[in-house]
Amino acid sequence: MLELSLNHYLTVSAMLFALGIFGIFLNRKNIITILMSIELMLLAVNINMVAFSAYNGDLEGQIFSLFILTVAAAEAAIGLAILVVFFRNRGSIAVEDVNVLKG
Amino acid sequence: MIEALFFYLFAGVMLASSVMVVVSRNPVYSVLFLILAFFNAAGLFVLIGAEFLAMLLVVVYVGAVAVLFLFVVMMLDINFAEMRAGFQKYLPLGLIVGGILVFELVVAMYGDAFGGKTAPVVSEIANTTRLGGVLYTKYAFLFQLAGLILLVAMIGAISLTLRKRAGVRRQIIAEQNARRPADVLEVIKVPSGKAPAAANTGKAEE
Repeated sequence: MLELSLNHYLTVSAMLFALGIFGIFLNRKNIITILMSIELMLLAVNINMVAFSAYNGDLEGQIFSLFILTVAAAEAAIGLAILVVFFRNRGSIAVEDVNVLKG
Repeated sequence: MIEALFFYLFAGVMLASSVMVVVSRNPVYSVLFLILAFFNAAGLFVLIGAEFLAMLLVVVYVGAVAVLFLFVVMMLDINFAEMRAGFQKYLPLGLIVGGILVFELVVAMYGDAFGGKTAPVVSEIANTTRLGGVLYTKYAFLFQLAGLILLVAMIGAISLTLRKRAGVRRQIIAEQNARRPADVLEVIKVPSGKAPAAANTGKAEE
């Protein structure tokens, strides 16, 4: 218990990932919280990658985590930009209102 | 011993603040708890020996992404209370799915697959140096590609949110440079001795 192992980190990251999924289920009307839940899930993946990288003595995991960070930042920026434009056009960001493309 | 205590501290605060991100009533609080979660994840990274990624997490996530979230949340004028309708309805489903996921992952990782790793591999060289040595040689192309992704995201975000409003005067430098005296100046011959009729009326009104 007081001796840290790889499983400790993996358990924490699994719980964080599940919390992210839980957040998406819970706040399915509020797209901002959905985006934040996605960030939490990406953070969980990063913790997993870094833990494996550290315990295997292999840097590939940290490099991959670096790229995940890059893509997550780009995704957040684009997602929030779309959100702002959508709010400007429709005056709402409720997920059920996003049906302009529906035939 | 002390390492384990810090691990439990960081992990506990991170998970608690993640719960608050998910269930918080006000999205501003959600963003602030997200920042706290990222700080504690950075602490976990330091604990495991990935100092560079920890600093990157603080700089990129706390400094850029979370602040971006904060700006957007504060900029949009939304009634967040009505968005929580159905919160109770989805609670059991979310709990079931999350619980099943945690159960599966924990069962998977306490099997034989990842067992036996009890101590992180420690290197003599600093983490940042090692990372730089790999990133700029073996992964140089991917590094450039990551920069390209960021460039595309930046241009995309700017072009999405840029808008031309009607009735706003802007400085258009090309038009200013294209102005010639012949287009805008009018020289009127004023006959001496008589009151200038048309040319002076504009001046007098000012």
